[in-house]
Amino acid sequence: MKRLVSLVVVILAVSLGLGLTAHHLQRVEGVVGSGNNVLNLYNWGDYIDPALITKFEHETGYHVSYQTFDSNESMYTKIKQGGTSYDLTVPSEYMVQRMKADHLLRPLDKSRLTGMNNISPQFKNLAFDPHNEYSVPYFWGTLGIVYNDKFVKKGELTTWDDLWKPQFKDNIMLVDSSRDILGLALMSQGHSANTHDQTQLDEAEQKLTKLTPNVKAVLDDEIMMYMEQNESAVAVTYSGNAAEMISNNSHLHYVIPKPSTNLWIDNLVIPKTAKHLKAAYAFINFMNRPENAKQNAEYVGYSTPNAPAEQLLPADVRQDKEFYPSASVIKDTQVYQDLGVKETGTYNDLFLQFKMFRK
Amino acid sequence: MKQGKLFYYIPYGLWIALFVIAPVVLIVYQSFFNIAGHFTLSNYATYFHSGVYLKMTFNSVWYAFLITAITLLISYPTAYLLNQLKHKQLWLLLIILPTWINLLLKTYAFIGLLSRSGSVDSFLTFIGIGPKQLLFTDASFLFVATYIEIPFMILPIYNAIAELSPSYVNASRDLGASGWQTFSRVIFPLTLDGVKSGVQSVFIPSLSLFMITRLIGGNRVITLGTAIEQHFLVTQNWGMGSTIGVILIVAMVITMLLTGERKEKGRTRHAK
Repeated sequence: MKRLVSLVVVILAVSLGLGLTAHHLQRVEGVVGSGNNVLNLYNWGDYIDPALITKFEHETGYHVSYQTFDSNESMYTKIKQGGTSYDLTVPSEYMVQRMKADHLLRPLDKSRLTGMNNISPQFKNLAFDPHNEYSVPYFWGTLGIVYNDKFVKKGELTTWDDLWKPQFKDNIMLVDSSRDILGLALMSQGHSANTHDQTQLDEAEQKLTKLTPNVKAVLDDEIMMYMEQNESAVAVTYSGNAAEMISNNSHLHYVIPKPSTNLWIDNLVIPKTAKHLKAAYAFINFMNRPENAKQNAEYVGYSTPNAPAEQLLPADVRQDKEFYPSASVIKDTQVYQDLGVKETGTYNDLFLQFKMFRK
Repeated sequence: MKQGKLFYYIPYGLWIALFVIAPVVLIVYQSFFNIAGHFTLSNYATYFHSGVYLKMTFNSVWYAFLITAITLLISYPTAYLLNQLKHKQLWLLLIILPTWINLLLKTYAFIGLLSRSGSVDSFLTFIGIGPKQLLFTDASFLFVATYIEIPFMILPIYNAIAELSPSYVNASRDLGASGWQTFSRVIFPLTLDGVKSGVQSVFIPSLSLFMITRLIGGNRVITLGTAIEQHFLVTQNWGMGSTIGVILIVAMVITMLLTGERKEKGRTRHAK
């Protein structure tokens, strides 16, 4: 009993000590206190150059509290429940549309925004948010195919249909996302990746089950690790993930498949519950500055929608047709639209059916 | 006096009400609403009419059964052996030790071991079998799941065997039973309680494993846990997710009843 009591006392003392130290450190760094000099940024993990946050803090005096999410849906749920008030978050285009429809976003006050002219016109005024009433593009990218030149020759993979070739048996990794995988099947058949047509969807699912023998695994970000370790020859993934893999393994290459692929755009938006509007606008304007957008693009590896920033990037990056495709390729891409809850369910059920299908 | 007793019930009562009854009631309640928020039985109808969900349920039960069977097969002899050893507490500690390490960490360690560039594959190449696809197969999934669940099977069986008085075994021997008869008629029935609680604590969590299905099984093994995750996080169809949750709870209650009931029957039989 005596030992038990002393054990409890020791544990309490250690926790108290750690707690006080943490509190002290946070106060030194200025985290504690939700005063007016704070910006609550809710972003994807590892989606900003930390040096830029420091720069922003030095320049403006605001303290940035950076919190992360790993899917649009989990971010949506958290914003909707409204427990924490975030000042800025970064949804993808279809999620901007849904959040807008659910009145979770605050319209942008254009008079407080600077640098909007830096945003390339092809990423402005798109269907998910006409006139950029609510959103400022942050990064964009495509869905495509990564292959390892140890196992696959150049030119063997140029279209989505090439994934079905028997030579890739048990050698393809897919990203675990119903929209992207059903989308690639739809696009390979020349349909819209936003279709509501049940026949087209069923056909796509039928086509996907034929892909099953080639599928090694259906994963999320773990794909990067496996591809870098030469575990698999081919992966269907996003351009930014591809950039990261390629920088760690020079045998990897990224292809934008024909006939068309998905173009996605992540955007800065201000949720309705935001409390520090001034800081939020300061941050958007800060990120719109070409030198900052360029630095961020170099760190994160996705493509920047900021035109002057693109020009600042090293020539080999900006001339890489897979990451900064020509206007004609972009013209053929498809941007996802919010399907609504019911159709989202249909897509997911079909995807689950595909994953359940055994060889 | 009575009031004092009542006081002791407060923490227990609060705990049960807040963390056991309330969540279960909420899940059951939620499962009667469709995605538009209307009260309906359609979630259950979907579940029982959809080949996908029924197959998934079958998969979950089948894999949980395999995991339980394999762990039991390894654990019983191990627990028995441990009891014969000199420093049994030390050996037992060595088996419990891995549970102190975070589950995710252990799973990632297995990825390193089983991947194409991993040591297991290098070994297979070295002894001439050649490289094999190890990750994302049923075998590797079962292997890792078994590895993770094994301490939970060994512990209760070990305790049951430790509690078994050696005089029963001696008596059985004195009365002329063979080694196998002693085991099958005396030792095993008397330690069945441990086996049952081991089966419960392995089978039930195995039903809804989902992280290992993704990391080691590469989502080639789909269980109900995967579907619940998808309904809550992606489709936002909490009603359907809850319906699957209710079905899992029912499955668990059935498991408990089956393993519990037999226990009492077994006891009376052996008392005769």
